[in-house]
Amino acid sequence: MLKYLSLIIVSILATTPIFADSKLGLGRTALPSEITAWDVDILPDGRGLPVGNGDAIVGEETFANKCASCHGDFAEGVGNWPALAGGFDTLADEDPVKTVGSYWPYLSTLWDYINRSMPFGGAQTLTSDEVYSIVAYILYSNDLIEDDFVLNEKNFQEFNMYNSNGFIIDDRKISEYPIWSKEPCMENCKKSTSITKRASIIDVTPEETSTEVEIKQSALSPVEKDTASIDPKLINAGKKVFKKCKACHAVGEGAKNKSGPQLYEIIGRKMGTANRYKYSKGFKVAAEEGRIWTEELMVEFLRKPKKFIKGTKMSFGGLKKDKDLNAIVAYLKTQDN
Amino acid sequence: MSNNKKAPSRRAFLSGSAAAITGTLASASTANEADPLITNVQDWASFTGDGVDETPYGLPIEFENDVIRRNVPWLTAGPISSINFTPIHALEGTITPQGCAFERHHSGAIELQKKDYRLMINGLVDNPLIFTYEDLERFPRQNHVYFCECAANTGMEWAGAQLNGAQFTHGMIHNMEYTGVPLRLLLNEAGLNKAQDLKDKWVYVEGADASSNGRSIPMEKALDDVLVAFKANGEALRKEHGYPVRLVVPGWEGNMWVKWIRRIEVSDTPVESREETSKYTDVLANGIARKWTWVMDAKSIITSPSPQKPVTHGNGPLVISGLAWSGHGKITRVDISKDGGITWETARLGNQSETKALTRFYLDTEWSGEEWLLQARAIDETGYIQPTKHQLREIRGENSVYHNNCIQTWNLKATGEVENVEVS
Repeated sequence: MLKYLSLIIVSILATTPIFADSKLGLGRTALPSEITAWDVDILPDGRGLPVGNGDAIVGEETFANKCASCHGDFAEGVGNWPALAGGFDTLADEDPVKTVGSYWPYLSTLWDYINRSMPFGGAQTLTSDEVYSIVAYILYSNDLIEDDFVLNEKNFQEFNMYNSNGFIIDDRKISEYPIWSKEPCMENCKKSTSITKRASIIDVTPEETSTEVEIKQSALSPVEKDTASIDPKLINAGKKVFKKCKACHAVGEGAKNKSGPQLYEIIGRKMGTANRYKYSKGFKVAAEEGRIWTEELMVEFLRKPKKFIKGTKMSFGGLKKDKDLNAIVAYLKTQDN
Repeated sequence: MSNNKKAPSRRAFLSGSAAAITGTLASASTANEADPLITNVQDWASFTGDGVDETPYGLPIEFENDVIRRNVPWLTAGPISSINFTPIHALEGTITPQGCAFERHHSGAIELQKKDYRLMINGLVDNPLIFTYEDLERFPRQNHVYFCECAANTGMEWAGAQLNGAQFTHGMIHNMEYTGVPLRLLLNEAGLNKAQDLKDKWVYVEGADASSNGRSIPMEKALDDVLVAFKANGEALRKEHGYPVRLVVPGWEGNMWVKWIRRIEVSDTPVESREETSKYTDVLANGIARKWTWVMDAKSIITSPSPQKPVTHGNGPLVISGLAWSGHGKITRVDISKDGGITWETARLGNQSETKALTRFYLDTEWSGEEWLLQARAIDETGYIQPTKHQLREIRGENSVYHNNCIQTWNLKATGEVENVEVS
């Protein structure tokens, strides 16, 4: 592979005049603070890890609050969301279970991914210590460490992931291409052929709809339907703000719970009562007290969610601008019928 | 809200048109009654139509409203991190219109304005740089047509014939004309002297969305044909395809074509990010997985007839139409079999084959109502021949998700209906 690479590069260098140092002087020098803000990837050898630590005991709580709604309390995965634990020694089975424990070759990947891309719908909101503790909890869930083991940037390297030797570099050039580059057969290529499997028997193909249906649905959507008393511009602004929420919340008639509860007719609804949603303790208490979502309380909640309901699972940090808060409440109100 | 109106289903379409299938016709048929569409003056021939500016940005006419992207909801946990499929069964030629080109997001399609766009080049470069959108338009730019195929295209078919439609089995692909700046020009602007020997160096590319999808690309490829693109098919990229700027990595799996690209880091090692370890790796039968399987091998698909595009015109002349492509270069030949791979005939290429781009092929043939097992196999300029599903399984087993480039079989039935099948 490297030999091949070097040959190619030599030929590119020889034929590409741009390396004659013909710079255009475009762009500007990146400031160190800018590079620090964006260059947060963690390399397999641990380079890039910030100072910090966490164990699975702390991690369990963090995980329950920020991760469990999709990944399950024990990292077992909910519905189609990925399982993060278990599946050891299944990779050669008919349906391999590829989890962090059974499949991931590098621990750095886990830290890097959680830090940059999780939680879903609230990426880049975790502190370094929270990331260390969540990583520790996932390792613990895979029986790779004890629950009181404190993971930090120094002992990170000591980890050999279970499947670290489970990968080979693409070998198709040797294992496949020569076999499939022979003169193709044109006649009598096999004695006979018969149908062995049919898609109609499995019957998992979605029914086809056309845009006509979709257009009609959006024409009837609550946003356009109930605008008599509320400024439509405000509702539309709220719809935009709601984009921050829709990874986890569904709205409208018949909305289903996602990783957050469904929000149909949320204004005026009793707190913590979306059918079959697993609420945090804080919301369970609110439900017992019979508290009602008024516009004012919703504004208060969305301004500082964690202050309003202690222990809420919602990882969203809150909306700062009054104009966004008013808009989103206007939008949520139009879900009423 | 109980609007469940469906477009005419394949079944209804077929039963309605079955009457039209009436024996072989040796020559043009005759009519007993005059066609009122001809003898009566039609509304459209009498009244005026829409004026200019009726739709300042035009959409397809309503009669084409079934030519849309579709998804398979059970594949993913929800639409924010999901994929949909190009209606390849309903398209012709080679260029995919942006509005129906498949989408794949990991954290939804974001709205990023040109004025808020920044591209950082850092790592082992002489001078780390920030470019604005405007800066990118001041570099020498190029136009190239390339296919973008998700590595998971056809991934649902490993274990057997599963989804009944070319859109669903092969629709994670699109083909556009990109306008962009070669990545090597941007790297050169930042300077690669600090990286020293380039042969073991990498660039890590990362998106600006919440998933910050990141992939490691070997320097060899980065200096070859990778583009930092800002236009597709002559207009701005669509939001769902990475507006305002995406990476184009010709011939390589779609996940590397990072959308909303915000950072390019020159590095002495691959990052081994989530998308290049836990995903986009290929588990073989023995449990060992291949990694860095970047190139999309040669592949083809008959788009018509296909399950969503049955034969409705009865016996006689029939055009078999399809698409072929290879991540290794140009398509040189496509063969078609009507008997499940016993005999093959060579198809006609419908356009000048371009490197790492879709090629259209045709077989202008006759059908007399017999049952066919239709297959196409692509051959590329390296001499590689698209394998059968059995050949793939022999080497890789059935546990892979990605890189299924097997020969597809469609069963054309006497009714004109077509089904996705697997054959011995």
